[in-house]
Amino acid sequence: MLVSVRDTDWDGVRLHVVTGKGGTGKTTVAGALALALASRGKRVLLIEVEGRQGIAQLFDVPPLPYEERRVAVAPADDDRPGGDVFALPVDPQSAMIDYLAMFYNMRQAGKALTRLGVLDFATTIAPGLGDVLVTGKAAEAVRRKEAGRPVYGAVVMDAPPTGRIGRFLNVASEISGLAKVGPIRGHADTVQSVIRSPQTAVHFVTLLEEMPVQETLDGIAELREVGDGGIQPGGIMVNMMRPFGLSDVEQSGSATGKMTDDKAGAAQARDADALAIALKAAGLDDQGLAADLAAELADEARTARAQREQREQLDAAGQPCYELPLIPDGIDLAGLYRLAAALREQGAA
Amino acid sequence: MTAKSPPPLAVDQLIDDRRTRIIVCCGSGGVGKTTIAAAVGLRAAERGRHVVVLTVDPARRLAQSMGLSSLDNTPRLVPGVQADGPGGSLHAMMLDMKRTFDEIVEAHADPDRAAQILANPFYQSLSSSFAGTQEYMAMEKLGQLRRADEWDLIVVDTPPSRSALDFLDAPQRLGRFLDGRLLRLLVAPARLGGRTGLKVLNVGFGMVTGVVTKIIGSQLLRDVQTFVSAMDTMFGGFRERAEYTYRLLRAPGTAFLVIAAPEQDALREASYFVERLERDGMPLAGLIVNRVHRSPAARLSVARSLAAAEALQGLPESDSSRLAITALRLHAERMRQAASERRLAEGFTAAHPFVPVAQIPAQPDDVHDLDGLRTIGVAFDPELQRRPDTCGPSPAMA
Repeated sequence: MLVSVRDTDWDGVRLHVVTGKGGTGKTTVAGALALALASRGKRVLLIEVEGRQGIAQLFDVPPLPYEERRVAVAPADDDRPGGDVFALPVDPQSAMIDYLAMFYNMRQAGKALTRLGVLDFATTIAPGLGDVLVTGKAAEAVRRKEAGRPVYGAVVMDAPPTGRIGRFLNVASEISGLAKVGPIRGHADTVQSVIRSPQTAVHFVTLLEEMPVQETLDGIAELREVGDGGIQPGGIMVNMMRPFGLSDVEQSGSATGKMTDDKAGAAQARDADALAIALKAAGLDDQGLAADLAAELADEARTARAQREQREQLDAAGQPCYELPLIPDGIDLAGLYRLAAALREQGAA
Repeated sequence: MTAKSPPPLAVDQLIDDRRTRIIVCCGSGGVGKTTIAAAVGLRAAERGRHVVVLTVDPARRLAQSMGLSSLDNTPRLVPGVQADGPGGSLHAMMLDMKRTFDEIVEAHADPDRAAQILANPFYQSLSSSFAGTQEYMAMEKLGQLRRADEWDLIVVDTPPSRSALDFLDAPQRLGRFLDGRLLRLLVAPARLGGRTGLKVLNVGFGMVTGVVTKIIGSQLLRDVQTFVSAMDTMFGGFRERAEYTYRLLRAPGTAFLVIAAPEQDALREASYFVERLERDGMPLAGLIVNRVHRSPAARLSVARSLAAAEALQGLPESDSSRLAITALRLHAERMRQAASERRLAEGFTAAHPFVPVAQIPAQPDDVHDLDGLRTIGVAFDPELQRRPDTCGPSPAMA
């Protein structure tokens, strides 16, 4: 099959950061992307940073500990078996204990300090610190090797929402108020070198609505302006697309563009007349049904028009856009696999 | 089997009741809280109340339509309110959390000390990016507006946090942090010395400060120290203020509206929030399910609609048959979506059978003017909630 040999749009990328406004389905898309990447035979690590156990819910497994655990096996491709998806919820405190253990050999002390609330305190008074430690964990997973080979083919991070993503990833300036030298500085520099390299891309999940689109555009601009070449924006994942679009309603009189209420009313009446004839032929001659369906059609046409305007704005951002279908009745595992397949078919993974 | 339908939520009754003084709109991000809060405020004003809407993060065009072009922390009169009957009015303001924090400092410290605090780098990061500051300041502003007593109804739009619960917990968390023993202990070791619980746990005090210095750097620790000594007189005040607003939220006259989209995650969050409000004895008015899809032709089922489309495909093609095939398929799709949304909402009601629910129809485009807000407000009429079929896709078409 072509898909398996074709390059994807993000072939050199190993750290996929997924962000999006609240309510756009960021965690779901991050999970689907991890599955899609794994179905190319890779071992993928899915990292969650907001402490909500969203990944456990998504994959329908019990709450996850701070430990890399397998949560799913991707479907096999034609010529190779599917890879595994591992998940890891990272919180600043656990990452800090890791950090103290790694650089100061202080794991026990770290745990004692946690009990006293000291680590919570430190990450609280220095908000950038938690971000450095969390992104540091992702960078470490990207770089980790066993027998000279990377342990993970790709790392997907379910990152903070769009409004916070620039600050979250801009590790260097975040810790400028902290230690200027020493291990934490070195740590931040390593993290930064991964995040600012072509190995990292930041994907934006959005809906075709005003606020999420605006936040996506602002977020992309922010990443480009971060300085020193910026952070690479990735794809725009347009989520929860209903199966009908403007092309479907274009033939209705109501879809011809912005018009005055009078004209819209007249167009809708013309649609109703045309519908009445056809409905009668189909054996539906219920009084008023044609008018009601024409109203519904006009409504869909307005929605589609508003969505097309948003889509045009997204296209102008110059990043690849991928469309993900609305999964009715909520996301379950089957729905997640469908989204993963959609991402693969469109070349996102 | 038909699921039990929930009692209808009568938002109009809530806003017409003069005893209602505060309405808090909460819910997870992206469900349309800000729009609903604005629609509630406008409808209340047009029904004769003097309303102020406190909003946190409005869409630009919605903010502009309400005359909020700048984030200046001052209630502004919204022009274009059409009150029938004795005049109501609508003010709106956007929260500036840093400004609000600055004002607390200025009110509680003499000018020199206030200036010293405001210039402190740690204070600057605390007041602009600290997790929980936005929630704390939203509650602080609510308390201020309530004390000012210039409005008879305050509608609050809560900050866009991941979890709806953050907004209840964050103010106290920040209050606890600022008043916290650890903060003072770590930054003022000379005063508290070793008479602390640390020894008991066999962790040397020097080691604690040592590790903290290693991690956060000595400069930041010094900034924190300066900040703490300058703020000394204000400590205690923070927790008190957070507790004052928390009490305000439980007082008679406050009502919570939980907002959700007809989606799994949003309804799950709504469920958590409802349980939390019940546990804390907070006055829940009900759930608003925003953006539900309805059809004005709901009497035509999915099966009949698709069968008719198929029948038309077997007939000679014409412009009208093409249009009808599209309309029928679209209708079937919308009916399926409506059914799926209804099932999700029924799941909520099964768990919370006594929580009143109102459904707000999805609008074809984003709302950015008062007319759009009025259209939403139409669904606050309890009569419409009892006859759901009348909540068609766009009342303007009726």
